[in-house]
Amino acid sequence: MSHEAGHEHPSNRVYIVIAAVLAVLTALEVMVFYVQALRPMLLPILMVLMVAKFALVVMFFMHLRFDSKLLTGVFLWGLFIAVSIVLALMAIFGKFVG
Amino acid sequence: MSHHTSTDVPTRKLAMWSFIGSECMLFGTLIATFMIYRGRNIVGPYPSDLLNIPFITVTTFVLLMSSLMMVLALSAVQRGDLKGTKLWLFMTALFGLIFLAGQFYEFSHFVHEGLPLSRNLFSSTFFVLTGTHGAHVAGGVLWLGTLFVRTQQGKLDERNAETVEIAGLYWHFVDVVWIVLFTLIYLLV
Repeated sequence: MSHEAGHEHPSNRVYIVIAAVLAVLTALEVMVFYVQALRPMLLPILMVLMVAKFALVVMFFMHLRFDSKLLTGVFLWGLFIAVSIVLALMAIFGKFVG
Repeated sequence: MSHHTSTDVPTRKLAMWSFIGSECMLFGTLIATFMIYRGRNIVGPYPSDLLNIPFITVTTFVLLMSSLMMVLALSAVQRGDLKGTKLWLFMTALFGLIFLAGQFYEFSHFVHEGLPLSRNLFSSTFFVLTGTHGAHVAGGVLWLGTLFVRTQQGKLDERNAETVEIAGLYWHFVDVVWIVLFTLIYLLV
């Protein structure tokens, strides 16, 4: 870990490992998309992979894991409202029915 | 020079995270609109007829790797390695341009196949959502270009590494938005 501006940042080696994991997760997403046997489980599997990739970028590349908790709060509040908007509108327009 | 708030968080970093939080809401409304109208097209062409998953997987990989280049640029400037900073900033912008070229090709292909913006619900929501994201990528490429020039002129070094970090936050946000769009638009078609 290198020390910059009062908080720890990962080393280049960690960044490269995270990028490799992101590439593997993307490959897994596409593989799941093409495997017919996994079709019934497509939505939950893709959601888990998507959230994992999202979290890796935000925590390591954007350094939220190492920065002030205030920044995490500012981001998560906006994200919470965004996800709420999406889910509420989808519910209102009947996307969860049938 | 870094200015800190009473919370000991650098002012510009707090401002960028507040901006990113508000951008989440912008993309949230566009994603909501796309999801609501998904599968409600009355006329074709339909998404399954046109979406090219192998092609978009490659451009997605390019954008993901541009995030790696960006953190390597930040790491280089923090170490005072200006040669490395210029190299990785250039590579990040180049990968962003490759992504944009892919998006331009995809849009042109859709229009050529009879799916302009106002053809159906899919085309309207797809073009607005991915176009808004593309505009953010284009803005990021321009921003990275200015940082590259400032480094070239010797105006950017380890003393103002925070400037590169702020641009990096924006760039990574553009990347995480695409992570969501790739799944929702292309894989859950």
